[in-house]
Amino acid sequence: MRPFAYDRPDTAAAAVAAVADRPDAAFLGGGTNLVDHLRLGIADPGLLVDVTSLTSTEIVDIDGGLRIGAGVTNADLAADPRVRARLPVLAAALLSGASGQLRNMATTGGNPLQRTRCPYFQDPASACNKRVPGSGCAAIGGATRNHAILGASEHCIATHPSDMAVALAALDTQVRILGPDGGRTLAFTDLHRLPGDTPEQDTELAHGELITAIDVSYPRGRHAYRKVRDRASYAFALVSVAAVLDVVDGTVLDARIALGGVAHTPWRAVRAEDTLRGGPATEEAFAAAAEAELADARPQPGFDGGNAFKIPLARRTLTATLRQTTPRETA
Amino acid sequence: MDPELTLTVDGATHTTTCDTRTSLLDLLRRRLGITSPKKGCDHGQCGACTVLVDGRRVLSCLTLAVTRDGAEVVTAAGIDGPLPQAFQEADGFQCGYCTPGQVCSAAGVLDEHARGWPSVVTADLTDTPALDDAEIAERMSGNLCRCGAYKGIREAVRTAAGAATR
Ligand SMILES: Cc1cc2nc3c(=O)[nH]c(=O)nc-3n(C[C@H](O)[C@H](O)[C@H](O)COP(=O)(O)OP(=O)(O)OC[C@H]3O[C@@H](n4cnc5c(N)ncnc54)[C@H](O)[C@@H]3O)c2cc1C
Ligand code: SF4
Ligand code: FES
Ligand code: FES
Repeated sequence: MRPFAYDRPDTAAAAVAAVADRPDAAFLGGGTNLVDHLRLGIADPGLLVDVTSLTSTEIVDIDGGLRIGAGVTNADLAADPRVRARLPVLAAALLSGASGQLRNMATTGGNPLQRTRCPYFQDPASACNKRVPGSGCAAIGGATRNHAILGASEHCIATHPSDMAVALAALDTQVRILGPDGGRTLAFTDLHRLPGDTPEQDTELAHGELITAIDVSYPRGRHAYRKVRDRASYAFALVSVAAVLDVVDGTVLDARIALGGVAHTPWRAVRAEDTLRGGPATEEAFAAAAEAELADARPQPGFDGGNAFKIPLARRTLTATLRQTTPRETA
Repeated sequence: MDPELTLTVDGATHTTTCDTRTSLLDLLRRRLGITSPKKGCDHGQCGACTVLVDGRRVLSCLTLAVTRDGAEVVTAAGIDGPLPQAFQEADGFQCGYCTPGQVCSAAGVLDEHARGWPSVVTADLTDTPALDDAEIAERMSGNLCRCGAYKGIREAVRTAAGAATR
């Protein structure tokens, strides 16, 4: 590991200036992803700027929702009574991620910015366009169980690993950002990007831009988060679904749906939402919505058997999650 | 020049210098000679290195020591009373390598439960459920045991929690 300097400035503005000034500087949140990357030898910053104590660790009420400081830990967010009562999809997504120890460390700013768990990305000896642009993609035709079925490119087929981000993508969420030229706000669904021919860029954030807080509105409707994985706990999602369905008298007034484990971004399921809105909340409608969302899904062949299984898995998980959000007529 | 930092570990205060790259785990074990926390994977995947920092269970392998200047660290060696005793009585270990991490994690679980935190298996997230086997298994899932002593570990946590059986 290359030696690095460590700094803990007093203000967000000072942290932004410190990182913006040096191309090899990085923000440090809970460190659960970045410290692992230092040790794996896939990140080698010359300066770490610790932002855990200078971004807010408070969750405050705003009009119709919450403002979550970037320094709030995943554990504290999931335990907040307002989140548990009014944003249960977010609480459940957080609680399904990682472990109790990791959630005590991971932050609101760091979690959505964690990088892919693609094993070739994590192995400095493998070709990887995300890690070394232009070096190729060892995942294509390799072990693809954890790779994308939607929105992949010929340059990168990685998936985004976060659970929290799937819930945030389904909700009405805004990201508050401070950069060298001042503040801006970005819709959460515009934060992450598809790989295209620049997979090295996970998000729309420029170097030196700091997430200071995340604003989430309370939606109407019933919430569900469902995560399918290779073991019952402490494992990343093969497929996950966050859904909030507002059903009145059997009619879907509004639907908010996102999928995890299937794409380079937390995948907002716009087609499924459009299919459902205004129609009946029935098993047939749920199946049609899932069908519509997965219509363009493409499997990745791989020596591990590939990931074609994920297409029906995503379809069924989506249908099952929608069912979970709908009160049953008879018990 | 290496930064200086002060830590309280199991009640004793230590002031030392360390390279910014040093993990809290390596600082404890190699610099301070406190070998209770174990290195299993060094990548956040096993829980053997779990300690309490300022009262919360965390992974010392993914914690840079320099970020915790002034912190109060508790290792399994600093926990006494019913919890380690329950591990002994329930045979909550075999080789013992994962045990210090299990004990620190269990202390965290009991504290989180006392604060009313739910887990992902809690049916109603606004509820604080009893610590039954399913809740304990989920809350302890960040601690792997190669010997597979999980049955005893669950029992130890249940006993320590004073919760009703299954
Ligand atoms: C064994 C293991 C299992 C896991 N399982 C899961 C799982 O099942 N589900 C899941 O969702 N996650 C899982 N995780 C990942 C974990 O949730 C993330 O590592 C964590 O959320 C990252 O947050 P952090 O604060 O530690 O980020 P850091 O590691 O500190 O930072 C991550 C990135 O974000 C940048 N950054 C941090 N804060 C800011 C900010 N405020 N503004 C701008 N940039 C910032 C950093 O520079 C870095 O690039 C697992 C991790 C491990 C080790
Ligand atoms: S899928 Fe993306 S992250 Fe994985 S090896 Fe290919 S380019 Fe790298
Ligand atoms: S050594 Fe820290 S989690 Fe394995
Ligand atoms: S007792 Fe041997 S690893 Fe758990």
